[in-house]
Amino acid sequence: MITEELNTIKIDKVKESSFAKKIKKSTRVKEKTIHYFFALNGVMALIFIILIFIFLFKEGLSALEHIGLLDFIYFDRVQSDGSVERLYQWYPTSEEARYSLIPLIAGTLLTAVPATLISTIFGVAAGIYLSEIANPKLKEFLKPAIELFAGIPTVVIGFIMLAAGATFFDDLLNPANRLNAFIASIGLSFIIIPVIASLTEDALHSIPNELRMASYGLGATRWQTVRYVILPAAFSGVSASIILGFGRAIGETMIVLMASGNAANITTNIFNSVRTMTATIAAEMGEVSHGSDHYFALFFIGIVLFTITFILNLIAEIIINKMRKKNIF
Amino acid sequence: MELLKKKRNDVEGLIFINLVRFLFYILLAVLIFLLFKIFIEGIGVISFEFLFDSPRNNMTEGGIGPAIFGTIAVTFIMILFAVPLGVFSAIYLNEYAKDTFLTRIIRTSVNNLAGVPSIVFGLFGLGFFILFVGKNLDEVLGTGLLFGQPALLWASATLAVLVLPVVIVSTLEALNSVPKTHRDASYGLGATKWQTIKNVVLPQARPGILTGTILAISRGAGETAPILFLGAAFFLPNLPLVDLCIGDYCITIINPAEQFMYLAYHIFILATQSANPTKTLPIQYGSTLVLIALTFLLNITAIIFRYRFRKILGRV
Repeated sequence: MITEELNTIKIDKVKESSFAKKIKKSTRVKEKTIHYFFALNGVMALIFIILIFIFLFKEGLSALEHIGLLDFIYFDRVQSDGSVERLYQWYPTSEEARYSLIPLIAGTLLTAVPATLISTIFGVAAGIYLSEIANPKLKEFLKPAIELFAGIPTVVIGFIMLAAGATFFDDLLNPANRLNAFIASIGLSFIIIPVIASLTEDALHSIPNELRMASYGLGATRWQTVRYVILPAAFSGVSASIILGFGRAIGETMIVLMASGNAANITTNIFNSVRTMTATIAAEMGEVSHGSDHYFALFFIGIVLFTITFILNLIAEIIINKMRKKNIF
Repeated sequence: MELLKKKRNDVEGLIFINLVRFLFYILLAVLIFLLFKIFIEGIGVISFEFLFDSPRNNMTEGGIGPAIFGTIAVTFIMILFAVPLGVFSAIYLNEYAKDTFLTRIIRTSVNNLAGVPSIVFGLFGLGFFILFVGKNLDEVLGTGLLFGQPALLWASATLAVLVLPVVIVSTLEALNSVPKTHRDASYGLGATKWQTIKNVVLPQARPGILTGTILAISRGAGETAPILFLGAAFFLPNLPLVDLCIGDYCITIINPAEQFMYLAYHIFILATQSANPTKTLPIQYGSTLVLIALTFLLNITAIIFRYRFRKILGRV
């Protein structure tokens, strides 16, 4: 097709140069139109990105006019004898509404941190196994299989933890609450392990083979090579994968909504029910009247979540970019 | 000699290598057990009737037909919004836009947007699509309360914004993997920019773009959190359809202003808020099996596409 058009232009040039110019002009117009069409799409995508920022922060920050920053931390209740009791509670629908985010942040951490720890152990092990130990032919099948699990809808994991997991651990450990932070963090691990495993494998795989060969050449065993050569070289990539996993654990909604018990406790006991920031938005946004203090408070939680995960992702991206530059020898 | 001796006595290595292997096998066993459990518990209720019937008798009997229909309807409209916009803007970013500070910021935000929690997109959908766009549309068109409430259209639009980064990132990756030499060769033959994109770049990048699109559909079909307050309904007697008539000629289309049932939401609501969760447990497992089968099918297709795509590129 290209050559056809080339030929016509060439022949036309020979025959009549003015005609050739005419074709060229129409092509030029077409090219410009197409260029602007794609640019328009790019601009529209950009507008959506900007709109997300604007609308989230517009609604979230107007919470500060209605509620005030300190009220998101504590609530001072004046007792009948005049003394002040400081409460860290989330009771947005009570008569004296309390909007402290402390129990929600505590709940988020009590599910996300154990989940990240469990996932780091299993995810990094799986990454090492896939990259360094498994038979390459087996790996070609196993890696997509692990990645497949990252695509399981989270509501499925939440359902399984609720229907089967909770009963299993209830019999096994006899926890304080049947649905608790521990159950939720086990559920979260199911989606974070594939993330960490896949990215760890990428990071280990990108280490040049020369390093492995040099290490074997010096007489190191396979484990010594992994432990003293590969893992240190891939350290930044592995840590980026853990940061991304932590970000997902904080932002995950359905699993914690279904498995954590949803009681806004401040507790360090992992076998208690807790309530996370995401679950709070999910559970309460449907019933709240638009424009109320409660509505804006939920949007404020939204920007807290948005900011935390955005920063975590940014850190991970910077680390990965640095790693990419370093690995090109 | 000493090194060799050390190698033979590398007890630490033996322990750790086997530990890693052991952890991986545990992981695999648990994952397979999970799937097996869902399959065993769910396969009993799967039948033609279950897939196409409406729920009956306060959700304790009947099928999940409307929920499957709703899932397909929402994801279909989502694709219409997200895929053209995502693919075209990726083409712009990769082929037309110069590498400036602005485009780098766009790339970074797109990358990071993919990691923003889905519930936050739900908030955006509520604040922007329903309360801003919808309410204003109602005011301008004088339609009362038609657009300014949770509906299928807004759920699809929100999911489209959610999967937009997925589409853009995978399209960028696909376009980026087409060697620059091929573009240069095309220019050298006198082809214009658009001719090069149309005849050289896009045909090579197509499997990669398709992979991203399929992954986006699978992600959209499995999401629950953002649509919780964007129009997903517990139970609806009728499918969200409407007859669109021009003169005497009528066609039935998806009604975008209607609420809808959604497979993922259906599982959530049956498991947590139905009157008798134990009685509906088989239905819950059955619905879960259908949802998992749907997403796995999409993901496996995407993985196969990507595998072949990488193989082709390896040969180039």
